[in-house]
Amino acid sequence: MSLLDIFRRSKPPTVAAQAKERLQIVLAHERSGRDSPDFLPALQQELLAVIKKYVNIDDDKVAVKLERESGCSMLEVNVELPAPAKRGPAGKAATVN
Amino acid sequence: MAKIITMTSGKGGVGKTTSSAAFGTGLALRGFKTCIIDFDVGLRNLDLIMGCERRVVFDFINVINGEARLSQALIKDKRVENLYILPTSQTRDKDALTQEGVGKILDELKKEFDYILCDSPAGIEKGALMALYWADHAIIVTNPEVSSVRDSDRILGVIQAKSRRAEQGLEPVKEHLLVTRYDPERVEKGEMLKVEDVLEILAIPLLGIIPESPAVLKASNVGMPVVLDDKSNAGQAYGDAVGRFLGETIEHRFIKPEKKGFLDRLLRRTA
Repeated sequence: MSLLDIFRRSKPPTVAAQAKERLQIVLAHERSGRDSPDFLPALQQELLAVIKKYVNIDDDKVAVKLERESGCSMLEVNVELPAPAKRGPAGKAATVN
Repeated sequence: MAKIITMTSGKGGVGKTTSSAAFGTGLALRGFKTCIIDFDVGLRNLDLIMGCERRVVFDFINVINGEARLSQALIKDKRVENLYILPTSQTRDKDALTQEGVGKILDELKKEFDYILCDSPAGIEKGALMALYWADHAIIVTNPEVSSVRDSDRILGVIQAKSRRAEQGLEPVKEHLLVTRYDPERVEKGEMLKVEDVLEILAIPLLGIIPESPAVLKASNVGMPVVLDDKSNAGQAYGDAVGRFLGETIEHRFIKPEKKGFLDRLLRRTA
């Protein structure tokens, strides 16, 4: 390894490279949202309401995603439940309201 | 068969009208009967860029509303044979455009013209939707800059969902990328997105790269489409883009920094 290599490696990415990376990330996100039907946000709200009847969860713990592959669509619902209740008062978190 | 081309971008100020004027004039220069329509109702500017602002009597909206005949509203260019401009209204708003009204006029124009070039307004609202609905081709004007690239991606999504071709399940609108205001020196310094990066992100075929050039402002000052300034690199780049659109194989130019001589550097001369 020459001295030059050391200098080259320490060079931070150019602002253009940062622009490209930021764009790739934001567009990947926006493109996936673009094809999702309008009812997804409403579905998410209603699912949240139903689950909340039984389990006390945070508003952002339900993720609804629709994925399309050739021939079929897959609705993916991810619900993150609170950590299993330990003995004692903390256990109330999972009780029905 | 007449073709409808829409010049669009999502973002404003990236060069849609400049490109419409230059590209439409380029098509006419090659002998195709071409009409450029201004869809930016209320913010008319194609007339100024084309230098025919004092000849506007009737406009696109008058024709849609049946207040004037198409032949009364079309303005024949005085420099280039086969070139016509259909200006828009400066006083009305975008609601004056209706899908059927626009469709009817485009059908009428199709009987007489080879190419109908729709200069879209910015945004993804009604005016832009009307401009892209009937398109056979869409030229996406993009600056090598994050907000422009993002908006281009958005407008591509709109074209793929809301154009007539998408709605009716026909062959999709042909998409073309036109990168404008490209500065090879800044690209080389790593200050500006490379055209390859923009292409990789948007993933549509490249029609042309228009270099940042003082010729563009000079031309708009005097109401001349920049393609007529055939000594300028921007003018030549538009000419090349027209050639590629018509199926010619033309290598991309003006994508590397110009090699400056010793004297140039000393005097810091700019083109």
